[in-house]
Amino acid sequence: MPPSPDALFRSLSDPTRRGLFERLCREGEQTVRALTDQAGVSQPAVSKHLRQLKDAGLVTDRAQGRETHYRANPAALGALVDWTQEMTAFWDGRFDALEDLLRRMDQ
Amino acid sequence: MSRTVTVERELPFPLARVWRALTTPSLMAEWLMTTDFAPEEGRRFTFTNDWLTVNCELVEIDPMTSLAYRWDALELRSVVRWTLTPTAAGTRLRMEQTGFGAHQGREFGGARAGWTRFLDQLEMLLERMD
Repeated sequence: MPPSPDALFRSLSDPTRRGLFERLCREGEQTVRALTDQAGVSQPAVSKHLRQLKDAGLVTDRAQGRETHYRANPAALGALVDWTQEMTAFWDGRFDALEDLLRRMDQ
Repeated sequence: MSRTVTVERELPFPLARVWRALTTPSLMAEWLMTTDFAPEEGRRFTFTNDWLTVNCELVEIDPMTSLAYRWDALELRSVVRWTLTPTAAGTRLRMEQTGFGAHQGREFGGARAGWTRFLDQLEMLLERMD
């Protein structure tokens, strides 16, 4: 079952976790060690954040030797990208603005 | 699979005025976004605001009747179609947007750059939720 938007939002609401996820999106697969080097927090903390991202479906991991490699799974964001809701709200707002303008064009 | 958003409204204003508001850049800027639109089929133009650029191409224009343009923004690939119908009280205006969002397939640019842009937006959304 895909993760709920709530789980995704919770997972991404933490700036450190969001930073880790963004880095994996931008730079591709990375080891926990490489991620720790730039995260500004301890390795156990990074591991914990990565586990939470994994639970939300946002990253996947694979073990290779003694290292764990993490990879972003941006498709998990799909649940947040229901563009039809966003656009309906957008166009409703634009229609309001259009009506205002049409009224003013009267004068 | 494509999806469609429809917004329709009865406007107590003459059709010619509604058409003008829909097709005149200085007026479009007042209710929609800043644009370099021109009423020529095949014309490429953009809508912009502080945080978003929408890439457009005019695919169809039938004066005083209908207007359709491609509306590509972030991960969304869509077509926006406006239809105007005269009514006793004024004009019925219908906007129909049909398209594909990012989650409907990688063919629509699930590239890293696109997702990074999306994440920027997500961050703004999260800030607003505070």
